[in-house]
Amino acid sequence: MQFLKNILDNLRPNFEEGGKLEKYYKGFEALETFAFTPGHTSHKGAHIRDAIDLKRTMFLVVIAMVPALLFGMWNTGHQYYLSIGELTGLGEGLMEKFIFGAIRVLPIVVVSYAVGLGIEFAIAIKNNHSVNEGYLVSGMLIPLVLPSEIPLWMVAVATAFAVIIGKEVFGGTGMNILNPALTARAFLFFAYPTKMSGNAVWIPQESGMAGVDGYTGETLLSQAYNAPVGAEFGGVAYDAAGQQYGSLADTMWASFWGWIPGSIGETSVFAILIGAAILIFTGIGSWRIMLSFLVGGLTMSMIFNAWGANAFMSVHPLQQLMMGSFMFGMVFMATDPVSAAQTTTGKWIYGFLAGFFGIMIRVFNPAYPEGIMMAILFMNVMAPLIDHYVVEANINRRLKRVKVAA
Amino acid sequence: MPKNVRISKGADIKLVGAADHVKGDAPFPASFALKPTDFHGLTPKLVVKEGDEVKAGSVIFYNKDNEHVKFTSPVSGEVAEIVRGAKRKILEVRIVPDQDQKFEQFDVSDLSSTEKIKTVLMSSGFWPMLKQRPYDVIANPHLKPKAIFISAFDSSPLAPDYDFILHGQQEAFQKGLDALSKLTDGKVHLTTRGKSTPDATFTQAKGVELNTITGPHPAGNVGIQIHHIDPINKGENVWTISAQNVALMGKFLMTGVVDLKKVIALAGSEVEKPRYLTTWVGASMKSIVDGQIKAGDNRIISGNVLTGDASSTEGYLGFFHDAVTVIPEGNEPQFLGWLAPNFHKFSLSRSYFSWLSPNKKFALNTNMNGEDRAYVVSGQYEAVLPMDIYPVQLIKSIMTNDLDKMENLGIYEVIPEDFALCEYACTSKMNVQSILRDGLDVAKQELG
Repeated sequence: MQFLKNILDNLRPNFEEGGKLEKYYKGFEALETFAFTPGHTSHKGAHIRDAIDLKRTMFLVVIAMVPALLFGMWNTGHQYYLSIGELTGLGEGLMEKFIFGAIRVLPIVVVSYAVGLGIEFAIAIKNNHSVNEGYLVSGMLIPLVLPSEIPLWMVAVATAFAVIIGKEVFGGTGMNILNPALTARAFLFFAYPTKMSGNAVWIPQESGMAGVDGYTGETLLSQAYNAPVGAEFGGVAYDAAGQQYGSLADTMWASFWGWIPGSIGETSVFAILIGAAILIFTGIGSWRIMLSFLVGGLTMSMIFNAWGANAFMSVHPLQQLMMGSFMFGMVFMATDPVSAAQTTTGKWIYGFLAGFFGIMIRVFNPAYPEGIMMAILFMNVMAPLIDHYVVEANINRRLKRVKVAA
Repeated sequence: MPKNVRISKGADIKLVGAADHVKGDAPFPASFALKPTDFHGLTPKLVVKEGDEVKAGSVIFYNKDNEHVKFTSPVSGEVAEIVRGAKRKILEVRIVPDQDQKFEQFDVSDLSSTEKIKTVLMSSGFWPMLKQRPYDVIANPHLKPKAIFISAFDSSPLAPDYDFILHGQQEAFQKGLDALSKLTDGKVHLTTRGKSTPDATFTQAKGVELNTITGPHPAGNVGIQIHHIDPINKGENVWTISAQNVALMGKFLMTGVVDLKKVIALAGSEVEKPRYLTTWVGASMKSIVDGQIKAGDNRIISGNVLTGDASSTEGYLGFFHDAVTVIPEGNEPQFLGWLAPNFHKFSLSRSYFSWLSPNKKFALNTNMNGEDRAYVVSGQYEAVLPMDIYPVQLIKSIMTNDLDKMENLGIYEVIPEDFALCEYACTSKMNVQSILRDGLDVAKQELG
């Protein structure tokens, strides 16, 4: 790699003080440090430093999302073929489905990264601060929480909104209050609701397409939401081809593996759990938040079960958690260390309430059958408050010690 | 009641080049130095000039804030050079030793009262061995601390083994303890490593509270021990002193002469034969490392890899340091370093592969392994700080200069070395120790 190093070494004088491209130094630096971890040595304090840095951290989070992304590509194709009644078997047309999905999904990923990183670089150069790696994760999260039918210009607008209003106005990565990827989604949700919810957005459609008999494009959530009172959810649910699932177990099976309509990366519990395993094992994602989020969701689902005022409330708790964005939110959104609670006790409370409110909003929401995004954004706002009380408790403990000693 | 503390947070960083339990003699140094910079917050007032003859124990400078606290020459010889830095700040007073050593004689016959002990320790230059918390400065002789704490072991990477160093020095150590116990109305706490058999020097110590602490580094840090045994509250003072300095002090109180011969560990992956060496406080680094280290671009550290001071062959052993560590510099850029498997690197997280071999010893270099960033990751500091303190919140309160918050979050309980592992672990590569030092300075200035 000496030749690449030589190229960079030759370019560097242009960007250094006095060079003609001096003001673009931070942009150059970002690319250079991406290629070569710099030979900076410690000057103050500890002479040795841990091998981990933010680039490695963010890269591992991206790796954790890859299973969900790949599955999402296949599933986009699969749902399309189901809806037109071709290649309906799970094993049939693996490559066709994958390529079909990739053609739909990759442009969204590209737009998200291009717009987001473009803005990040521009702001870093303008404010003369280093380009932070945080967007590597946000740039992948945004496509995964969008329906595959989203117009690309909307992706661009939402990304710009998220990076500028969600993050940079607060001072950039590490300073933001809300999760940037969820900010993008929330922006689209309220700006262009017809492209983010309803039955028409989840499955790719081509003009003049009729779809097979019974095709509605409804997600499982929407079916549960609209199910008649007293109906057994598993019995009434159907897939994109209009085929009824025989039983609750069948619905759960499909939800677990994820061959159901939904946002690109959120359908497969299995793929998301692979990601969760990577995050927990490497120590990058907080298992405390994930676990308490899960417990929170289960608790609320069971309360609704006991109440049972309508079919949506009566959905089996496990089925409830495997539908919609609950698992994706739990593993990838709620665990964002910047917008989550930062104290250990705070993480337990934050995770539990996010899961709890997530299911509550989902079931009570009069507009559309989902609430995880809202719950996490709400808890993002509440996280500093939780931390505040946790830290206050520590302060009071210390003050109490003085009184005992005195 | 002696306490047996058990901690689980923290981490042992296993490095190549631990000192063998063999004692050698370093050559007599051709140069010594007394460095005011070793004593944080000290404003020195020089009493010698270049060319003056001094004996071992002669005053070189004293503390401007308390003229009774003297700093004395570790050796007899001639003041060769006074090295000054910016604003004529005194950095080093270099002394070229005589061939035969002459000693100042101090009267140590009467150690019956606290005042007499204080006087003799202050005039002989031993007083600065006592450090005070809060603020990590030289103990203020006008105060009575609520307790004095001594850690009988050092748990940092490649740390010197005090069981080995102080073996057979029971008498001197006990003499030091006896004097210390007169300086406080409270207890003298001596804390040994749990689940081990400490040397008789420690186990036979009398007049002390003999505690144990079990767990990974920083269990050996006296600050962690204080926190779990008798934490410092607002308005309280605790003094600390290193185990070897207790013995040096004891020896002085037995003989009345300043003899600062001590044993240090010469360790690290770039040392040919890591072992223990007998040398002197303030010895030139050249006398310690010359001919002992491997070729290459090395960093010579006075102290350990987490808290020591960067030095060089032209430098001098720090006043408080019982180790010299030599590790490679890491100033080579690495192609896609953040992506490479990096089997030779160590991480406390499982983001690299060091978790696969928990007993492997690493030859780590001084590379930062990344660039400075804002705080993103949470929970890292907490995992390596076995204290009921919120480290990130404390560091942030220092960054925002919020004095009330610093106090409330317990800044008087900690000193930079307690946060050294946090600094090691930090993904955002914050210089936590120097931030904390700034906070302590602000707090000291505002609160006294």
